Amino acid sequence: MNKFPLDALIDQAVKWLQINYGESVDAFSAAFSESINFMGDSLAMVPWWLIILVFAVIAWRCNGWKLSLGTVIGLYIIYNLRLWAPFLDTLILVIISAALSIIIGIPLGIMAAKSNKFHKGISPVLDVMQTMPSFVYLIPALLFFGIGKVPAVFSTVIFAMPPAIRFTDLGIRQVPTDLVEVGEAFGSSPGQLLWKIQMPVALPTIMAGINQTVMLSLSMVVISAMIGAGGLGAGVLEAISQLKIGMGFEYGIAVVIIAIILDRISQGIGRSLGTVDNKNNKEE
Amino acid sequence: MEQISEKIIVKDLIKIFESHTQKELNLLKTGKSKEEMRRETGLTVGVNNISFTVKQGEIFVVMGLSGSGKSTILRCLNRLIEPSAGEIIIEGTDITRLKSKELQSFRQKKTAMVFQQFALLPHRKVLQNTVYGLEVQGVAKKEREEKAMQALELVGLKGWEDKYPAQLSGGMKQRVGLARALTNDADILLMDEAFSALDPLIREEMQDELLNLQQKMNKTIVFITHDLNEALKLGDRIAFLRDGAMVQVGTPEEITTSPADDYVARFVRGVDMSKILTAGDVMKKPQPLITLRDGPHVALRIMREQGISSVFVVDRNRHLQGIITVDMAVEAARSGIISLIDVQLAEGPVVQRDTPVLDTLGIIAESKLPMAVVDDENRLIGIIVRGAVLAALASYKGGEENE
Repeated sequence: MNKFPLDALIDQAVKWLQINYGESVDAFSAAFSESINFMGDSLAMVPWWLIILVFAVIAWRCNGWKLSLGTVIGLYIIYNLRLWAPFLDTLILVIISAALSIIIGIPLGIMAAKSNKFHKGISPVLDVMQTMPSFVYLIPALLFFGIGKVPAVFSTVIFAMPPAIRFTDLGIRQVPTDLVEVGEAFGSSPGQLLWKIQMPVALPTIMAGINQTVMLSLSMVVISAMIGAGGLGAGVLEAISQLKIGMGFEYGIAVVIIAIILDRISQGIGRSLGTVDNKNNKEE
Repeated sequence: MEQISEKIIVKDLIKIFESHTQKELNLLKTGKSKEEMRRETGLTVGVNNISFTVKQGEIFVVMGLSGSGKSTILRCLNRLIEPSAGEIIIEGTDITRLKSKELQSFRQKKTAMVFQQFALLPHRKVLQNTVYGLEVQGVAKKEREEKAMQALELVGLKGWEDKYPAQLSGGMKQRVGLARALTNDADILLMDEAFSALDPLIREEMQDELLNLQQKMNKTIVFITHDLNEALKLGDRIAFLRDGAMVQVGTPEEITTSPADDYVARFVRGVDMSKILTAGDVMKKPQPLITLRDGPHVALRIMREQGISSVFVVDRNRHLQGIITVDMAVEAARSGIISLIDVQLAEGPVVQRDTPVLDTLGIIAESKLPMAVVDDENRLIGIIVRGAVLAALASYKGGEENE
């Protein structure tokens, strides 16, 4: 039996899309790229210590003074290693990608929770999105948007969005039946039921999803240095290709520091929003 | 006039959980049991052809074991569960026909629900839980919080409004659940095993509290329980359910004294009859009687003829005046008194018709005189002597053992 020409078919489909939608994609890509660069430039103008201070305050608010202290030390190490510019590049991409993933993912998660059909339809898609080796996303993204930050954001959003959808879906479905009945029995509209009962009760679960989305965003943004996203990933890539072990280690440390800070902060937000009960019990 | 007093009318209510055809529905209407339907069609019948009415201001208890369909019936009343067939007429409106907007406003205004596991929203403080019903109606914050505070005060939770549910005990949680339902000011309270999750002492306390509140508020309450003692205590009428079908509807007394079948009888056995029977059930006709115009000689003659040692004295309108004993009558006759108006009569114990027999036992044991049963206007309607109480309790016991 002959080989099924899957690769050729996909090539053709991508080419077809490129020919038919190439121009509008290019226009969008240019505009998007502009805005990312603008944000990057703006952030670059902010003094480094102010950014550290902002992070320290956020960390302190979300998770206490220990995380705050750790954040200051970690970010100072990055500054000291002269990695501040690539750090900001990476940070911007992570923030944009994670924000997009959440903005798109949560409504999709809500729809999946409300409609069994949608839930069944989207599940296999999410499986594919999560299990496909992340490099594979880079190729079509590259073809559509060329080299740069836009394809990086595009592939990162695809890679990082599934937990936001899954956990929102799961969180809403796990809301105890009698709480949903309370909403209905007192005559809530579907919107009131969602925003006054289901979303608040599901919030801890949704926050766990958001935490994962942020972490996946970071890992993908680093990988997408392969298609010219720049940032810390570019340094890692250079170190690998030129066998500069010390340099690779420096960049690697910077990525780890960001990862820990983002993880603890987003977990902290989840805890402070979610477990009102525990917090109050402790105060007693 | 009859229509007005009937708040809820349920006619031929059916709930089949799976999707089903009209043919299968008709099959059920021919009187098949839940088990027969399961065997013949594989369908699960939740509610099987049930009809009943609930009167304005009554506590209607639906009693049954788990799986008997009692919670399903309750949820059909506000359509948390969609009935498969039948009519539910509440204040003249068939609510099974309401569209979703109408249903929303019906639920907001007419009914309020109390849940077995309290179902308080964990992310909201007590006050914010209590205002929920008014909040979804769009009532202004100040007004809804005022009403919620009144309700919280009514259930004895004043000062707890800023706590979270996790900080409250079970009994307090259910008080919040009750306050939340009362804040709505709906006429109909739907209570789904509201006290079943509480420990026995708290449960009794909450039952008393509900009866207390009900006296003030006069709501129409549909109360679901699996606990017969609770049903007997709270219910003005009780509906007995089994396998989704109605076995018997009646007052607690009717249920306990003449159970419709073995199933109900088995439940009723072991119920403490002294809590169920009232003074009205065990009293005897008030005979003989004498009036104030009679003299001590008449009293003595009656006592001698009847072989008793005291007799009740009433006025012309049967208002109870007191008791005269043999000794007193002899004393009065000796002093030449002609009419009992001039005699200082003895005062024996007096109870109302609906006083439980349990409460009369102690009084009877301590008193040498027989007990008088009077109505609201102090008219003598019956008397209770020690023997009669014992005989009544014994006869109901005997009746049960014949099953």
